[in-house]
Amino acid sequence: MPKLEEKPRIFLEEFRLKNAPEDYGMADEKWSFKKFVKKFRIVIVRMNSEEMEFDLIGIQPAFANAFRRLMLSEVPSMAIEKVMIKNNTSIIQDEVLAHRLGLIPLKADPRLFEYRPEDATEGTEFNTLEFSLKVKCTNNKSQPKDSYRAEDLYENHSVYSSQIKWQPLGNQASIHKESDIGPVHGKILISKMRPGHELDLHLVAIKGIGKDHAKFSPVATASYRLLPDVTLTREVRGSEASLLQSCFSPGVINLDSEGRAYVQDARYDTCSRNVYRYDEIKDAVILSRIRDHFIFNVESVGAMPPEVIFVEAVKILKNKCKSFLDELNKFC
Amino acid sequence: MGEINKTYDWDSGKGLREPVKTLEDKWKLVPSFLQVKGLVKQHIDSFNYFINVEIKKIVQANEKVFCDADPLFYIKYLNAYVGTPDLEEGFNITKPTTPHECRLRDMTYSAPITVDIEYIRGNQRVIKNKQLIGRMPLMLRSSNCVLTNKSDFELAQLNECPHDPGGYFIIRGQEKVILIQEQLSRNRMIVDEFKGAIQCQVTSSTHEKKTRTNVILKNGKYVLRHNALSDDIPIAVAFKAMGICSDQEIMQLIGTDDTTIKKMAPCIMDCHNLKIFTQNQALTYIGSKLKVKRFQSGGAKARSPVDEARDLLATTILAHVAVENYNFYVKAIYLALMVKRVINAETNKAAVDDPDYYGNKRMELAGSLLALMFEDLFKRFNWELKSIADKIIPKVKAAPFDVVKHMRPELIANGLFAAISTGNWTIKRFKMERHGVTQVLSRLSYISALGMMTRVNSQFEKTRKVSGPRSLQPSQWGMLCPSDTPEGEGCGLIKNLALMTHITTECSEEPIARLACNAGVEDVRLLGGEEINNPAVYIVFLNGNILGVSRQYKRLLKVFRMFRRRGLISAFVSIYPNHNQRTVYICSDGGRLCRPYIIVEKGYPLVQQSHINELNRGIRKFQDFLNDGLIEYLDVNEENDSHIATVEAEIDPYVTTHLEIEPFTILGVCAGLVPYPHHNQSPRNTYQCAMGKQAMGTIGYNQQNRIDSLMYNLVYPQCPMVKTRTIELTNFDKLPAGQNATVAVMSYSGYDIEDALILNRASIDRGYGRCLVYKNAKTTMKRYSNQTSDRILGPSRDATTGKVIRAHEILDSDGIASPGEMVENKQVLINKQMPPATINPVAQGQPQQVEYKDVPITYKGPVESYIEKVMVSSNSEDAFLIKILLRQTRVPEIGDKFSSRHGQKGVTGLIVQQEDMPFNDRGICPDMIMNPHGFPSRMTVGKTIELLAGKAGLMEGKFHYGTAFGGSKVHDVCRELEKHGYNYHGKDIFYSGLTGEPLEAYIYSGPVYYQKLKHMVQDKMHARARGPRAVLTRQPTEGRSRDGGLRLGEMERDCLIGYGASMLLLERLMLASDAFVADICASCGRLASRAWCHACRSSAGVSSVEMPYACKLLFQELASMNIVPKLTLKKYC
Repeated sequence: MPKLEEKPRIFLEEFRLKNAPEDYGMADEKWSFKKFVKKFRIVIVRMNSEEMEFDLIGIQPAFANAFRRLMLSEVPSMAIEKVMIKNNTSIIQDEVLAHRLGLIPLKADPRLFEYRPEDATEGTEFNTLEFSLKVKCTNNKSQPKDSYRAEDLYENHSVYSSQIKWQPLGNQASIHKESDIGPVHGKILISKMRPGHELDLHLVAIKGIGKDHAKFSPVATASYRLLPDVTLTREVRGSEASLLQSCFSPGVINLDSEGRAYVQDARYDTCSRNVYRYDEIKDAVILSRIRDHFIFNVESVGAMPPEVIFVEAVKILKNKCKSFLDELNKFC
Repeated sequence: MGEINKTYDWDSGKGLREPVKTLEDKWKLVPSFLQVKGLVKQHIDSFNYFINVEIKKIVQANEKVFCDADPLFYIKYLNAYVGTPDLEEGFNITKPTTPHECRLRDMTYSAPITVDIEYIRGNQRVIKNKQLIGRMPLMLRSSNCVLTNKSDFELAQLNECPHDPGGYFIIRGQEKVILIQEQLSRNRMIVDEFKGAIQCQVTSSTHEKKTRTNVILKNGKYVLRHNALSDDIPIAVAFKAMGICSDQEIMQLIGTDDTTIKKMAPCIMDCHNLKIFTQNQALTYIGSKLKVKRFQSGGAKARSPVDEARDLLATTILAHVAVENYNFYVKAIYLALMVKRVINAETNKAAVDDPDYYGNKRMELAGSLLALMFEDLFKRFNWELKSIADKIIPKVKAAPFDVVKHMRPELIANGLFAAISTGNWTIKRFKMERHGVTQVLSRLSYISALGMMTRVNSQFEKTRKVSGPRSLQPSQWGMLCPSDTPEGEGCGLIKNLALMTHITTECSEEPIARLACNAGVEDVRLLGGEEINNPAVYIVFLNGNILGVSRQYKRLLKVFRMFRRRGLISAFVSIYPNHNQRTVYICSDGGRLCRPYIIVEKGYPLVQQSHINELNRGIRKFQDFLNDGLIEYLDVNEENDSHIATVEAEIDPYVTTHLEIEPFTILGVCAGLVPYPHHNQSPRNTYQCAMGKQAMGTIGYNQQNRIDSLMYNLVYPQCPMVKTRTIELTNFDKLPAGQNATVAVMSYSGYDIEDALILNRASIDRGYGRCLVYKNAKTTMKRYSNQTSDRILGPSRDATTGKVIRAHEILDSDGIASPGEMVENKQVLINKQMPPATINPVAQGQPQQVEYKDVPITYKGPVESYIEKVMVSSNSEDAFLIKILLRQTRVPEIGDKFSSRHGQKGVTGLIVQQEDMPFNDRGICPDMIMNPHGFPSRMTVGKTIELLAGKAGLMEGKFHYGTAFGGSKVHDVCRELEKHGYNYHGKDIFYSGLTGEPLEAYIYSGPVYYQKLKHMVQDKMHARARGPRAVLTRQPTEGRSRDGGLRLGEMERDCLIGYGASMLLLERLMLASDAFVADICASCGRLASRAWCHACRSSAGVSSVEMPYACKLLFQELASMNIVPKLTLKKYC
């Protein structure tokens, strides 16, 4: 395996991933803060209110993974935890209905709330949000002739998340705006009903973490991948070049004016390794990934913007380290 | 193809034959077939034939009832009808009903059987129409059922699922299926080897009789054996008794070639030695061999043995060959043929028939079984009428005897209901006693119900260890599913019909016989033995009876097939030659397995692309294909006389007669669910067939309206990503049982050994594998003969606090639990009370303050349930019926069983947090991790292809097909993956969720359809420290339901003995079980009671000994049998 550059790599061989011969994994490397500061960079590639792509460069996988794990399971968010069913004559079972309601993402910013103590029977305005959902399906009085569509025949035949009404507790109405509390999406179908069916529910949302239940996870998913790298070892031209091009994601390999293939940008390669299927060109490329270049992709569920979620994750890690150090210091 | 064409090139002298084009969308004939036939059409057709045709025939056959007391009295049945379903609500009031009402109210879905009768009342002849004589349980979706020909909307109004196949009965609220019974065909000669002796056996069956006749080779001689005869009859004697007296004539009937003559010579000799030369002598001889009847039947006309023998020959031996005016000629020919078969089989082993061959089998369906039962009951009904008439008519009475008032419709109704509900078919007339004919329809999943409707039960004994009837028969190709059979004792005996199989119903013989005569069949009665045995002619059989001989059998076959294709005779009549036997068989009887094929003529299938296009446009139906003679039904026998190509390319223009419609139809309903079954090792498909029936999911659109005793539903069932054509045909995609799980094939921790699965916690949180379990509790409020009845009381209150007691917390004020409440263990669901005395009348004048006995219906179970709904109704006895439906929602936990569709089952070994799960470049983490060790030995390649096809389908947003012998090609699927940036082989880079570093191996991952099976830890978990004991032995009770102990069994005991752990043994077997301190008298060694020995009349030597209670019990029991066990006591240590 030719040594390519200084960057630590993992090589994507045909049947396995393989570290460079002298690379024994980064876990064994001695960690020095100075080196880290020199190398470490964050590059935000893409960001909007729901999704963000950013690079963590020059960091150990343990850290990157810790952030990913924290975002998934320990960054808190608000979700409906208890459903008081006063009336449910729809065909959907109480437990299933409650489960569905729990999975609806709420807009409320969890940073403004506290965790509800486990032994608390009553929620306070600081740790609880309460909602109500009261829907009754009826026959549409002014139904058009000759229509058999449910939306023409009945009123409220579908219950959507937008029908959930916030019931402010105590002083909540003055602190929060109504538009900042309810469900993130209004078009989430909760149940379908027919005339005579009725729902009368009281919903209680609390702050929780993804470890306890996936509904508290603030991200749809948060994950990373290593930066792909493609190196050509020899000149590839003509039909071979276009074949090579077709083996990678669009934009990875390009052909110059003379029909020679060159690597344009390997970043968005899916690492499908399909080159190895063609004996004639499998020797022309070395596929690898940069081991300390993490391309993060954080998809927020909607309560908090993705960058905030990441920062929250960092804070949690910081706090964990702090409490760990405190514990250690207690004994020495 | 090209190669083949060339060879024919010079053969025909013409240019290259145009290759046969592949018909596109040929499979669309299958849904078209199922549209008319449905998946359970066999049952429905058979039942329809019974209630519309056969019941009338049965009544006609038993139309007159006479009476011994009055020669003028008679009852004559003019006609019989089966009405529409109704319920009897009170006296003479009926109300139309629906199947669902019957299910809910524990009623029987039945219709009245009415007859038109003509009878004598006094001196008048009276005609009465629509007289009720009984009730007929109705098959759902049969011609008289309310569900037939209803639209989906109307079915919904009747609370019925439009996908429910019907074909079963509802008896007292229970859904019962009459399984298809497989048996050897009747009225056919079957040559087999029994203990080295060759015999030809015929089981004759007519409406009156069912007998078995054998021709056996015994000591080099041929003999006739029959149950009614005490001894074997030499065959020559039998012929002489049938009026074929000259030896030459006998030989001419059997055959005059040298070998036959040589073999027959001893038989003829035998006859001469017995000095039998005339018919009378022969009959006298047979008369002497008759079995002595134990009691003479009513008439008591003592007949001579000769007459008896003649009668026996005419009506009992070979009963299906009709004898008119004691003209035995046809029967003699038949018997001669039997002898000939045996002679043939001696020299030619190939002439021995295979009893496992499906051409020799007939399927008995609900219709014919019910017809047997009905005829028996109807005869009993008439016999009862006759005996009533015999008894009452002689008495002089004011009003003339009116027989109608003595008709008891309950006799026939209850007889039929009881037969179906118990499954015991006992018909004394035919010495028939069968158990387990019916089964409760399994409603575990839609597929299990459907699978049950296609089940074929073999009459063969399950305990016998013979491989023949159990092994796969080549002739079951296309008729019975090769995969769907249970493991264990029923293996190979219980089978399932394939997708396109049809079972014939009987059709009338006369037109067929007429057609045969017109096609050149000469009546056998006009011919002598030499002419019949002429090698140029073929003997023609119609349903086992000799019809005649044909000189041009090929023309006969052609004419028949032409007529059938033109629709001039029934499409289910089959005709086929047997060249070894030089016979042509024509069959029109019921119970034959058959299936449709495309006709091929001159090397081209008659179905053209244009026809398929017409089918697509909806202007052509399956029936049109039949009517136009493009497709025909072949039964097993005719199928084996045809040359059938599986695909167009296989058509050989000179031999091929038929083309398979679609090869995947050789599989049944259950095996049809498996994607890519042709890539799997065959036992895996068999395992899946058994497991598909345990998968939970949806059972029907009306599942929420049902109150079943046990029902499993999935909360979010999904249609599989990889479908098959069968899935669409059976509507499994609309009533699915499973979910698509993203599976990563890799190892994870040690909790995945032995097929255990790793589940993702977040997937479970989001609803994966969540299921609903419904159970019911029910009771009836009985009214007793002494004017008392059960009652329900409201909740009781605590005397001091005034609060409702805990057990009654969930009760409504009416004493029945209210819907929506949560019930915990030991809480009361219905607070029912019973009067103390139910038989003796309550003394008049006594105050009505009787103490009622509490008989509450309580909830049992460690996990609480919710009350889904409560039903209050009345049942057929007019008692209140209360049903409560209880519900539990269950989330997958460790130990719950899951299975893919490839016979790969496993239990959950570990549930892992999402962040610990491996994830790929796109951030996808699997729902489930499966250990790759499951693959090499199981060889379920189909599963790996399912994964690929599913993954590609996800990217394309479409369903791929894994239809048997077809489906999406692996290469195409992989190209699709490649197109979307995935690895061609389906292997992706995964990162460890724990370390965050990429895994060294590429991981094979994608969606696989997983079924959650009904075996859940929650229903099985059990442990006990102390608990209830059996009353008699004082040992701990057995079983989870009784909170029983965990048995230290024989083998465990052996271990302890081997190890020498005597104190542990003592503790486990006695102290922890039934230790008992018994008083033993040391002087006499007997048991003493309360430190006092009754035998010694002293308490001096009595000491206490600890022993198992069972041991003490044994001593006492022995003592009660005059055996005195004595113990010798010694000082210990």
